[in-house]
Amino acid sequence: MIDVFTVVLIGVSVLAGVLAVVLGLVGRKPSDVTILALVIVELLLIAQVVIAIVAPLGGNHPTGNLGEFWVYLATACLMPPAALAWALTDRTRWSTVVLGVAALAIAVMAYRMNQIWNVQLG
Amino acid sequence: MSTRRKLAGPARILVAVYAVLAIAATGRSVFQIVDRFDEAPIAFSLSAAAAVVYVVATLALAFRRDRLAWVTIGFELVGVLVVGALTLLAPAAVGLGDVELLDRAFGREGTVWALFGLGYLGVPLALPIIGLLYLGRGRRAAAAVAR
Repeated sequence: MIDVFTVVLIGVSVLAGVLAVVLGLVGRKPSDVTILALVIVELLLIAQVVIAIVAPLGGNHPTGNLGEFWVYLATACLMPPAALAWALTDRTRWSTVVLGVAALAIAVMAYRMNQIWNVQLG
Repeated sequence: MSTRRKLAGPARILVAVYAVLAIAATGRSVFQIVDRFDEAPIAFSLSAAAAVVYVVATLALAFRRDRLAWVTIGFELVGVLVVGALTLLAPAAVGLGDVELLDRAFGREGTVWALFGLGYLGVPLALPIIGLLYLGRGRRAAAAVAR
């Protein structure tokens, strides 16, 4: 993982998460803003996949277990589509909050992925 | 039993958070068992059991199987309390005797219930409590309607 990109991924996910949770709790249904926020998070995750494939080729190897890293990343990639499917079929304030929950969970996963790549040994 | 067909709003958040935890716990558990089961077989087996229970609890809440939800969420609460206490005070009992304190929740041998769910931001401890409160309110409301 690349430090700068990790910060962006976690930062955007937290922002999207807080935004969606707050908007949901004040009663907003999923809107262009919240949906777009999750789409951006997904695009960042896809970029993360590319980075994770290319980085080792440039000498940037994970210190921790590569398999464990990919379990987290694969799981994270599946979450925005699932949350978006929920939000698009169930257009209520609660599904907006669910979008936020998904984004916040991704932020935590990204943090764990970074630990596995840069900190954890084995 | 409620006559409403759709799950109430806040309950959907509960289901969503449970689903995230179930997916996270299952993914990590499967990986640990496949990759390094012999390092901490007891802890990883407990983690696998926890993951199964989380999945069932998620489905029970989503499909309004209240009794099943009570049983699974209750089991989880007992699990996180017991395993949390053991990993804190008697780690050898779960085969983590030579693992550093924080590593029991965060490291290679980290599992979902270790140190009261610390490795998952305490969600494994808070969630069943919230879940049981939610189920309890639902029961009282249904009983009030029935009277």
